[in-house]
Amino acid sequence: MMIERKLLLGDEAIALGAIHAGISGVYAYPGTPSTEITEFIQAYAPEVRSRWCTNEKTAMEAALGMSYAGKRAIVCMKHVGMNVAADAFVNSAITGVNGGVVVLAADDPSMHSSQNEQDSRFYGKFAMVPILEPSSQQEAYDMMLYAFELSENYRVPVLMRIVTRLAHSRAGVEVTLPQPQKALEVESDRTHWVLLPGNARRQYASLVAKQSDMLTSSEQSPYNKVVAKGEHCSLGVVACGIAYNYVMENAPETRGVAVLKISQYPLPENTIREFASKCDCLLIAEDGQPVVEEQVKALLGADYPLKGRLTGDLPRMGELTPDALDLALGGDVKNVPYMAQNVVSRPPALCQGCGHRDVYDALNRVIKEYPSARVFGDIGCYTLGALPPFRAIDSCVDMGASITMAKGAADAGLHPAIAVIGDSTFTHSGMTGLLDAVNDNSNITVIISDNLTTAMTGGQDSAGTNKFEAICRGLGVEPEHLHVVVPIPKNMEEITCIIRQEIEYEGVSVIIPRRECIQTLNRKLRQKRAGKDE
Amino acid sequence: MSKKDIILAGVGGQGILTIATIIGNAAAAAGVNLKQAEVHGMSQRGGDVQSNLRLSTEPIYSDLIQNGSADLIISMEPMEALRYVSCLNNCGWVVSSSVPYKNIPNYPDEQILKEEINTLPRVVTLDIEQIAKDGGTPKSANVVLLGMAARYIEILSTQELRDAIERVFAAKGKKVVDDNLRAFDMGLEAVTEE
Repeated sequence: MMIERKLLLGDEAIALGAIHAGISGVYAYPGTPSTEITEFIQAYAPEVRSRWCTNEKTAMEAALGMSYAGKRAIVCMKHVGMNVAADAFVNSAITGVNGGVVVLAADDPSMHSSQNEQDSRFYGKFAMVPILEPSSQQEAYDMMLYAFELSENYRVPVLMRIVTRLAHSRAGVEVTLPQPQKALEVESDRTHWVLLPGNARRQYASLVAKQSDMLTSSEQSPYNKVVAKGEHCSLGVVACGIAYNYVMENAPETRGVAVLKISQYPLPENTIREFASKCDCLLIAEDGQPVVEEQVKALLGADYPLKGRLTGDLPRMGELTPDALDLALGGDVKNVPYMAQNVVSRPPALCQGCGHRDVYDALNRVIKEYPSARVFGDIGCYTLGALPPFRAIDSCVDMGASITMAKGAADAGLHPAIAVIGDSTFTHSGMTGLLDAVNDNSNITVIISDNLTTAMTGGQDSAGTNKFEAICRGLGVEPEHLHVVVPIPKNMEEITCIIRQEIEYEGVSVIIPRRECIQTLNRKLRQKRAGKDE
Repeated sequence: MSKKDIILAGVGGQGILTIATIIGNAAAAAGVNLKQAEVHGMSQRGGDVQSNLRLSTEPIYSDLIQNGSADLIISMEPMEALRYVSCLNNCGWVVSSSVPYKNIPNYPDEQILKEEINTLPRVVTLDIEQIAKDGGTPKSANVVLLGMAARYIEILSTQELRDAIERVFAAKGKKVVDDNLRAFDMGLEAVTEE
């Protein structure tokens, strides 16, 4: 029963779907394009536990704990967050769940804001759990309750996979009445949860035994259905998740093309076999990596003609587009009426007045004196220090890799080996690496550029704010090699002096330039002013 | 069936998402279907940003507009308007600010840029920042631009857009609502006069 129609981002539709499904907690670390889900829940549903987590692994584990206690929880992250959460995620399929758990992974084909375009559906298959892949904002909302019911029916976490284009696109969504939160009902069975080998083998056997039921659920799913068919078609399209929209945009019915929409996995094998038997050839349309294409190839055999990303009928990399589907469905290359001449690229840059700018200014001044120096960067706004005018960092790989790569390079004999990491990234995955460096007395200089927030994703709370000196001392950094400075131009002399001195020190030093992010500062000032006006 | 595929363009921080919010609000109130893909994340730090905004009386499938099929480009910046002209269909309009936003060292020569924009058959460019300043609403240049574009949006009436401005800015008080309505009207009239 519809009670209201709302204009929602895909992320917001997921958030509202989860709230209406009666979640008691959302556990997440910010990451584009998933951040707005948790932000929406924080703003809209104060009754839901929603404080940002230190990283995706702590988030996944906390959700599992809430499930253990009988309540529903959602875990949200960007695709690369799945790598961090993977240990907890894969093993939560072995323990199984009590209250429903939905893991939301937001993939980023075309790498709009990411370092790779890994496809989270591999993780769902790997952990042997059901995957849901909504094609629209409405479906994202509707599927959330379905996902929690699926999770509780099969007692496994359910993975919901979306892509940037759905996460950050707005559309009208019809919403229904909310369900109440579940009561505390703590798990009484120990053998499910204590994964000693004896128990784990039993639990794994149980997970394997559930697979045929999960397959049946996919075969009968309201989200997997033939939407356009003929008696016999020369071409059929298996349209997965958001790719369904790009297929339908190209009016397949007028081209005599049959369409099978897929939004629930494991892949419904019988449905696909039957669909394939009525077509001469199948096109697999999926955004991300060719996960389904590989499986369908194995399912139908090498003789069945298949088209997709592996065959080059769709681009091997990058986000799918309605244009790519038009061509793959036999459309002609379009002549566009206008092509611009005088357009140059406009890359993003650090904000004017940002403290990271002063950090890189200081660092670049000192580095000039050390031609052999290398600066290992990390993930955040300050990664933009790789671009002109700074060109100040030599690497950026994954959350926390600055400190550990600097350590490894120093072990190999590189000097000076300098790490630059943000405050939120440091607590996410930098602390353990710093402990390694301290224990090994590595000759590295670590700069924790602290702007008191998780800035890149829009200014969420940072887990370590006001705790960094204590954390570093606790990990064993010597107090005389732990410095806090204020990165403003008039302190340039002091900052360069400290960097130079700590490069010369043989051991671990930590410098913390600390100044509030200019964006969050301005936001606070605006709010203060608005408060005065009232 | 009636549809309008619009590309909103600009530089991160210029306020194109506010324009999108107003159009979206008007569409929702009028019962017109809408899909609006936005850019969040890294590009918002002074990079080029765009939003694909699709309006239709029929169901809309794709969140993205196909090449060569956009009806209208609304841009806060002239070079950013040019960036998307390959999306335009052969009777599409460009409505743009004429004021370059130069945050890159290799920004094209302004005169050449201006000449290229003026070769387009259906284009309106105005100094929206000056118009907003002259009208005493210097923060509402983006709403001036929306006013300039209003007559080309067609699927929504100017009154529906004005009503949406009232709703979107209501929480910020009467002065903000009035400033933005005035900015919208200035944009609307600036184009009518030509």
